[in-house]
Amino acid sequence: MSPSGADVLRQIKSRIDEVDPAEVRDDLSNGVVVIDVREPEEWSAGHIPGARHVPKSYLESRIEAAVPDRSEHVVLYCASGNRSAWAARTLLDDLGYERVESMTGGFTLWKDRGYEVEQPRTLTAEQRERYSRHLLLPEVGIDGQQKLLDAKVLLLGAGGLGSPAALYLAAAGVGTLGIVDNDEVDLSNLQRQVIHSSERIGVSKVDSAEQTITALNPDVKVEKYPVRLGAENIVEILRGYDIVLDGLDNFPTRYLLNDASVRLGIPVVSAAILGFEGQLSVFKPYDGPCYRCLFPVPPPAELAPSCGANGVLGVLPGTMGLLQATEVIKLILGEGDPLIGRLLMYDALAATVTEVKVRRDPDCPICSRHPEEIADEEMGVFPDYEAFCAGAH
Amino acid sequence: MATVRIPPVLRPSVGGEKEVSAEGSSVGEILRSVAESHPDTESQLFSADGGLNRYVNVYLNDEDVRVLDGLETAVGAGDTLVILPAMAGGSR
Repeated sequence: MSPSGADVLRQIKSRIDEVDPAEVRDDLSNGVVVIDVREPEEWSAGHIPGARHVPKSYLESRIEAAVPDRSEHVVLYCASGNRSAWAARTLLDDLGYERVESMTGGFTLWKDRGYEVEQPRTLTAEQRERYSRHLLLPEVGIDGQQKLLDAKVLLLGAGGLGSPAALYLAAAGVGTLGIVDNDEVDLSNLQRQVIHSSERIGVSKVDSAEQTITALNPDVKVEKYPVRLGAENIVEILRGYDIVLDGLDNFPTRYLLNDASVRLGIPVVSAAILGFEGQLSVFKPYDGPCYRCLFPVPPPAELAPSCGANGVLGVLPGTMGLLQATEVIKLILGEGDPLIGRLLMYDALAATVTEVKVRRDPDCPICSRHPEEIADEEMGVFPDYEAFCAGAH
Repeated sequence: MATVRIPPVLRPSVGGEKEVSAEGSSVGEILRSVAESHPDTESQLFSADGGLNRYVNVYLNDEDVRVLDGLETAVGAGDTLVILPAMAGGSR
């Protein structure tokens, strides 16, 4: 009569070396290789820190990749210590590993003792469904989606450029969206500022944007700054963000933003629009030029059509804002060629895109110096700061 | 004869055109020729000392003429000059 499974297991356990979780914990820092032989769903619910995962059902085919050196000290564990005993026998008898132990009591005992558990970061079932089209792209995948969920992006303005950008960044699962805007929704905004709606006229733009974003994707946390960006608050607001999306409508604040972002080392994805045309570039401090390298001085007020209301084709900020959102996502993922050191000019009427090179200025008053050398009182220094727009009227 | 692309803010000064053609064999000659044909552009392109205004970027095809030979940069017949002033419209 053949022996029962339980009999065989007892025999195996008497032949192999078993080790107590306390010893494994002490050995973790001494170069022992810990292998979790449980099923993937058990592994994702939590495992021993630093362990490698080789499910028992794939042990023979995958162990060599996980432990190429057969003389290494290997400890196997499962939930209770049985599957790992079987697996230890396979490694010792069939695969020629020299020093293999099975952990008694398995992960259950490890947890009962209160030892440290590593919780692998995984997407929830709902997130896997929501971001399934991202997960299918090798350039995004689970790692990329985690990067998006971890990312903090600051939008300067929930207006023409910020509205479409915020919508798509939220849909993509960018985990934190900061929005700086001290304006309220106006009927004349709705021709292009698609994050707001007719019912929200008179509501603050940050509140209106938050409502839309939360309804679209509850994964996204919205940080609201219903203030006007100025020298007194810019560093405090920018600090901690990974990327800034600049949809500012005036030159003084663009220079201020540039100086603060260089000092903090935060890349700025910048766009500007007028009429039927838009400009787009990425200013990544010290990797490429800054805004002052491109435009060392602003144009005189009569040539700066940013001071009053100007016509803009409603769809144009949509196009430019989404190009900005695309650059933001590329920067977060570290994929593709970001628009650093290049400037795109889009002409909607002609349906043409022109690209020019933007060089770092070795004599740039800001980015030719170390960030810590840029003093508070130098930031946003701008000719005729107060009088600039007054002169246009 | 080179093509000069005119940005939106300068178009009123050239009769609304997006592009003009101008004679000359260098960036300086071509821009001078634009300024002669369209006098309103003169003060927008050139500073009092005859140099390019610092707030106007000019590109020969895709390269900033300041990293080439500035106004002396040679321009061929098929080349395009792009005039690019800063724009700031966006949020409101």
